[in-house]
Amino acid sequence: MAVLDISDLSIEFPTRRGILSAVEGLSLSIEAGEILGVVGESGAGKSLTGNAVVGLLEPPGRVSGGTIRLNGEDITHLSENAMRRVRGAQIGVIFQDPLTSLDPLYTIGRQLTQTILTHQKLSAAGARDKAIQLLSEVGIPAPERRFDAYPHEFSGGMRQRVVIALALCCDPCLIIADEPTTALDVSVQAQIIDLLKKLAREKGVATMLVTHDMGVIAETADRVAVIYSGRLVEMGKVRDVIDTPRHPYTRGLMDSIPQIGQNLRTLPNIEGAMPRLNARPEGCAFNPRCTQTLDRCFRHVPPLDTTADEQRQVACWLLTEQENRKETAYA
Amino acid sequence: MPEQVAVQVDSLKVYFDVSPPLVTRLLNKLPRQYLKAVDDLSFSITKGQTFSLVGESGCGKSTVARSVAGLCRIHDGQITINGTDADLPAARQDQRDAAEQVQMIFQSPYASLNPRWRVRDIVAEPIRAFKLARDKADERQQVARLLEQVGLSASDGEKYPHEFSGGQRQRISIARALSSRPKFLICDEPTSALDVSVQAQILNLMTQLQDELGLTYLFISHDLAVIDHMSDWVGVMYLGRICEITPKSELFANPRHPYTRMLLATVPDLQGKSNRPTITGEVPNPITPPTGCYFHPRCPHAEDRCRSERPTLQTHGPTRVACHAVQEKRL
Amino acid sequence: MTKAGLIKFRNDFLDHDITYSFLHSPATIIAALVTLVMFVMAFGAPLFTSYTPFDPGSLNLMDAFIPPAWEDGGTALHVMGTDGQGRDIFAAILYGTQVSLTVGLLSVLLSIGIGIPLGIIAGYSGGWVDTVIMRIADIQLTIPPILIALMIDGITRTSISRDLHEVVAIPVLVASIGIASWPQYARITRSGTLVERNKDYIAAAKLIRTPVPLILLRHILPNVIGPTLIVATIGVAVAIIIEATLSFLGVGVPPTTPSLGTLIRIGNSFLFSGEWWITFFPALTLVILVLSVNLIGDWLRDTFNPKLR
Repeated sequence: MAVLDISDLSIEFPTRRGILSAVEGLSLSIEAGEILGVVGESGAGKSLTGNAVVGLLEPPGRVSGGTIRLNGEDITHLSENAMRRVRGAQIGVIFQDPLTSLDPLYTIGRQLTQTILTHQKLSAAGARDKAIQLLSEVGIPAPERRFDAYPHEFSGGMRQRVVIALALCCDPCLIIADEPTTALDVSVQAQIIDLLKKLAREKGVATMLVTHDMGVIAETADRVAVIYSGRLVEMGKVRDVIDTPRHPYTRGLMDSIPQIGQNLRTLPNIEGAMPRLNARPEGCAFNPRCTQTLDRCFRHVPPLDTTADEQRQVACWLLTEQENRKETAYA
Repeated sequence: MPEQVAVQVDSLKVYFDVSPPLVTRLLNKLPRQYLKAVDDLSFSITKGQTFSLVGESGCGKSTVARSVAGLCRIHDGQITINGTDADLPAARQDQRDAAEQVQMIFQSPYASLNPRWRVRDIVAEPIRAFKLARDKADERQQVARLLEQVGLSASDGEKYPHEFSGGQRQRISIARALSSRPKFLICDEPTSALDVSVQAQILNLMTQLQDELGLTYLFISHDLAVIDHMSDWVGVMYLGRICEITPKSELFANPRHPYTRMLLATVPDLQGKSNRPTITGEVPNPITPPTGCYFHPRCPHAEDRCRSERPTLQTHGPTRVACHAVQEKRL
Repeated sequence: MTKAGLIKFRNDFLDHDITYSFLHSPATIIAALVTLVMFVMAFGAPLFTSYTPFDPGSLNLMDAFIPPAWEDGGTALHVMGTDGQGRDIFAAILYGTQVSLTVGLLSVLLSIGIGIPLGIIAGYSGGWVDTVIMRIADIQLTIPPILIALMIDGITRTSISRDLHEVVAIPVLVASIGIASWPQYARITRSGTLVERNKDYIAAAKLIRTPVPLILLRHILPNVIGPTLIVATIGVAVAIIIEATLSFLGVGVPPTTPSLGTLIRIGNSFLFSGEWWITFFPALTLVILVLSVNLIGDWLRDTFNPKLR
């Protein structure tokens, strides 16, 4: 059974000009020990999905449909209190800016032990031991000495490690990491990536890695879900999606990432920009930027096609067309 | 045709006063403290080429950009901008000023445009400052042409910045920079706030404009793939010093300085290579930098000499490197 | 403007978020209407009453102490009754409101006229200029505005003759209230300037060697003035209260051109002898006026800058 199972999730924002649907019919699941990368442009709805899972959608945003299951238990519409318990005991959250996740008034040791004691029956000394063990696990040198330091005494990379230690306090089965490396320097970014990978492998934590950086996904994730304008457009094993992207958006995205040693004067790019939520076109949301549209693309939203391969899902009418043609050919 | 030097920077020093407040300093008998943001930096840019500075946050690359632009008080050193075009008889002072001036493209597409101004006024601001238009009609025509040149339409001039997406705003920023017909542009992380698919559009626009108008760029970025795509020459900066200046091809094919090697190793790779060397440590506090070579605490090749003596830039083939290990042929 | 243009303008206006927010806030609509009515009636006083309450020649002592129309002995000629000199209370309130509004508006204009430039200069220059301006503001903030106004008023009173004082009383009052409350506008403007001056559009303006005064005027001012003006709306209500307080204490406007505060003071002495209407109606007017202006100010603040709440 998957640790996290999201099915047909929709998130909307009621405004006075009508309801904006930010995420539409999104389904994905993450197994224990697996890292699922969720990638998309800013405003695509990737962070909203992560926030919905942990019940931290900012009002007036709300889940308008679908279910979120954690280890089989439906947590979609839990009360705030119940959600807080689930968040504390089973889900660890890592945000982009480590400074906002830590309380500047308390030592990191105190923040860690507090969190541990809230959710676990341990003595004060036991909690301290556990906190120190966690700090060394996330790669903080001399954790006994750093235990009584305040957040401002840490560098950016070390702070993000502390945040990860906090997320790990209660042995979560799921970690939601929202742009965990974006605010960090490249050399530190690589260290945090390695740490996330280690946690998934050694502790069997299911991880949802939300980021805009395909490079980070390529190095970290097992599978990747590509989101465009609130809809899942392609999902599959990282290597498959990166090496042979099948949705025109994914293809364009992969092409437009500059690569070392490419030596091109002009980069391939996708014209235009992602539509705003209130101006999403009818049919496939990518149709204004797509170079190979069919009539259908302007009228109907393409469904996620799973017929070809259970592991690979693509929402594009072109591919459905090709399948059909193949089938006719066989017949 | 001999290569002309467009920009020459000689032993540039930019220090920031980070002393505690006067009273505290007097009470505790503390000395004044300086942050050496840029410490004895020299480079030159050939006309029509792109020189890039790369490094992690806090290495001083943006400070160099701002100093060259004249936005930062420099402590010592010389900056020569040789923008006067030979084919332009610079009779009027205005025109000479305009030719010698520097324009800049900034990182944030949000903070770089005055939200209260119409786009046509934003783009016309430099035209007015240097009196480059004969009359209102001429000005309007120039603005329209500039907007079209950067891929917007003339009617976009009537709108306000908030009506545009991040990529479009960056285009407006480029139109403004070009409106006073500079020969030299400073680009400070121009795409790091943009989505990948939009980044490619802006990078393409910049290379296209460089080819059409013969522009010289000083390009600042932390993204090595973008640097590789844009540059002719690259300077790698660490804690306010340049540790390696090299032609772009050499940088990626034949990196010399251990820090350059480390940076290259951190680039997240779409191929998902896993045999990356482990990277340790973070950039030290620039107020109290290490002795000798600033990189020695993180350097796997450091020896006693590196801890005590500051290396200077030495020529090795096409490259100039500041490293004792390279000089002693240990590396 | 063409007809189509006008229609588009009207539609845009009606569709605007601010219009929407206004139309969905009944309290604000009522407050705005009340303020508007008070404005019109105060500044168009001769249209609404035939009495000239502060022309001593038109008063008749025979009309003194007439109660409001609905009380015993009341008359329809004096709806809100008269005071001890036979002055029509309703008419007095209209003219009094005119004085209160004038003093309130002019003194706030003076405060922002001092506060905004000083705030922008302090915020943009930084260093010792900033220190000097803001320390003066800090020192002034430790003294209640009423005391400062009392002090300025006292100084002018002792330095000029009594007759002259009647003439300059209102300007002096405006100046004292205005000078007493500039620091808060300077503070808001300064903090906005500190944010804006580090933005890159300012750097872009510096690149083309825009002179500093132009940067302040064209770039900084339009971007920092909004919050200041919103606070200024509430400032009008505060200024009206300060004026009323000073006039109540007898140091404000002279009795020949009474404001609401003066009327309340005059009526106050009759309160215990049963002539409650002489002080009650001016006081009620003051409360309604200040409350309405405050409600509008609150709404402006919430609509334009929810973070200030």
